[in-house]
Amino acid sequence: MTSTLDATRTLSPEELAAVRADFPLLSRTLRDGRPLVYLDSGATSQKPEVVLDAEQDFYTQRNAAVHRGAHQLAEEATEAFEGARSRVASFVGVAADELVWTSNATAGINLVAYAMSNASLGRGGAAARRFALGPGDEIVVTEAEHHANLVPWQELAARTGATLRWLGVDDDGRIRLEDLATVVGERTRVLAFTHASNVTGAITPVDAFVARAREVGAFTVLDACQSVPHLPVDLHALGVDFAAFSGHKMLGPTGVGALYGRRELLADLPPFLTGGSMVEVVTMEQTTYAPPPQRFEAGTQMVAQAVGMGVAADYLAELGMDAVAAHERQLAGLLLDAVASVPGVRVIGPTDNRDRLATVSFVVDGVHAHDVGQVLDDAGVAVRVGHHCAQPLHRRFGVAATARATASVYTTEAEIEVFREALAGVRAFFGADDDARVHRHGGDQ
Amino acid sequence: MSSGSMEQLYQQVILDHAKYPHGRGLPEGSGTVAVAIAEHADACGVSHQVNPTCGDELTVRVDVDTSGPVPVVRDLRWDGQGCSISQASASVLHDLVVGQDLRTVDSLHDSFRALMQSRGAGLDDEAAEEALGDAAAFTGVSRYSARVKCALLGWVAMSDALILSGARTQEDA
Repeated sequence: MTSTLDATRTLSPEELAAVRADFPLLSRTLRDGRPLVYLDSGATSQKPEVVLDAEQDFYTQRNAAVHRGAHQLAEEATEAFEGARSRVASFVGVAADELVWTSNATAGINLVAYAMSNASLGRGGAAARRFALGPGDEIVVTEAEHHANLVPWQELAARTGATLRWLGVDDDGRIRLEDLATVVGERTRVLAFTHASNVTGAITPVDAFVARAREVGAFTVLDACQSVPHLPVDLHALGVDFAAFSGHKMLGPTGVGALYGRRELLADLPPFLTGGSMVEVVTMEQTTYAPPPQRFEAGTQMVAQAVGMGVAADYLAELGMDAVAAHERQLAGLLLDAVASVPGVRVIGPTDNRDRLATVSFVVDGVHAHDVGQVLDDAGVAVRVGHHCAQPLHRRFGVAATARATASVYTTEAEIEVFREALAGVRAFFGADDDARVHRHGGDQ
Repeated sequence: MSSGSMEQLYQQVILDHAKYPHGRGLPEGSGTVAVAIAEHADACGVSHQVNPTCGDELTVRVDVDTSGPVPVVRDLRWDGQGCSISQASASVLHDLVVGQDLRTVDSLHDSFRALMQSRGAGLDDEAAEEALGDAAAFTGVSRYSARVKCALLGWVAMSDALILSGARTQEDA
């Protein structure tokens, strides 16, 4: 795939075929020679060959320790590493020195939470006092969060004595905007929320959150894991203070992610992990720290993965995120139609194809999500089953588990038809149609 | 369904147990307390187990008659939510162990664990497989490593509940 796609329409069959040809794994077959229908990109995306080649190339041609050593290899490795940082930063509309490499998005959010924790203990001096939390302060999250953007804040609240509060979710799976006025207030110091739910697919109107946070002087922390791979995202334009996303969900490698922090905030934020590579002057008594982003990158970094993530960002940028989003919007409609066409299947999340991703979670009456996933797997269809690391959101809808189909840039209409056909056979296989009346086994799921 | 592999996995006996489970429903007051009040000469243990990958939950309560030389499972009740494999397995477990002494229960547990590790091959020991009764129908589950945990959830809970009941101590002594 080399040409930039036309953003005013969705991908043509030829263009889509060219994209798919870039992903070696998509052409493999499963048990009994069945073609793979990969609808689990929300968990992790497949990787185009250019990303795999970039990692291989780094190890075979450029491998050396970055930011040290005066030899040519060290220079080339450093250039590759920092070049990748620039590419990923520009992909999300920020400057390179505002982008910190992390091992994944969870690590990025924990970095912010633990840096605030350290500030609360007085570390980072007067400049860091703005990040200090204590009793009486409030941290606000939402009921739609992935555990990665919930548990670190629970822990920060427990360590500092701050109170954790949250915005609710409506019956459509959208965060209740009316809660912004009542839950977010003068005591709110942090407003952490997802850009797009990994369960419902609902896209959050970030501007309303940022506006409210600014009114009360709270920091905003955006979980951008699900948005960055699927939508054009400009973090400066969104106006958030911090944002975390991972490489492996955006066609890049595992083991690498990024944390964006507004430049003046990163400058005042004390470090989380300390040790090598993040220092200026070290004596036996004390240490001064490097400026961002290095201050937050202690120890040897995941250089090859970062290089791969940079190439993944380039790959998506070359396709054009408008075109990617348009393609996936069409797929979202097809997924919703597919699920709606099967009796006894209920969507957890918005059923209208507006402000949502091609991420559709559902429950099948009388059949547990694990069993749904097993039957779909038998047709070669890979979906996620379980709580998708969002137990509170599942509890909100009175279910322990859902099945989730997620499309990506390489997903085709034909694949969604395979999914629909397989889903249509699920209830009959488990006899859920005839027995629902008599004995709703698992109906209490 | 494109092949017979689903029918091999979801044997009719499994679907039946999932639909009409045996031993389901805990006695009033069992809750999730570690040790419920036992009747005279009985030990009682309750264990709550979660499958963290899917959030399935199962609570198993065992009542053990400790009056004889070897403790005997007087009753096993369970409740929870989960897939048909975990529900059916708990149902079969109830049928298998109620009335059995702990030596037999341990032997059944060993056989079932071995069956779950057999990757679809079943057990070499025909007598052991025979003794598993309906549980032998779970052979197909062992081909799907992600589902083995589902099948073992009830057994793990029973094992824990037996330890919590204190009946093990008396058996060892």
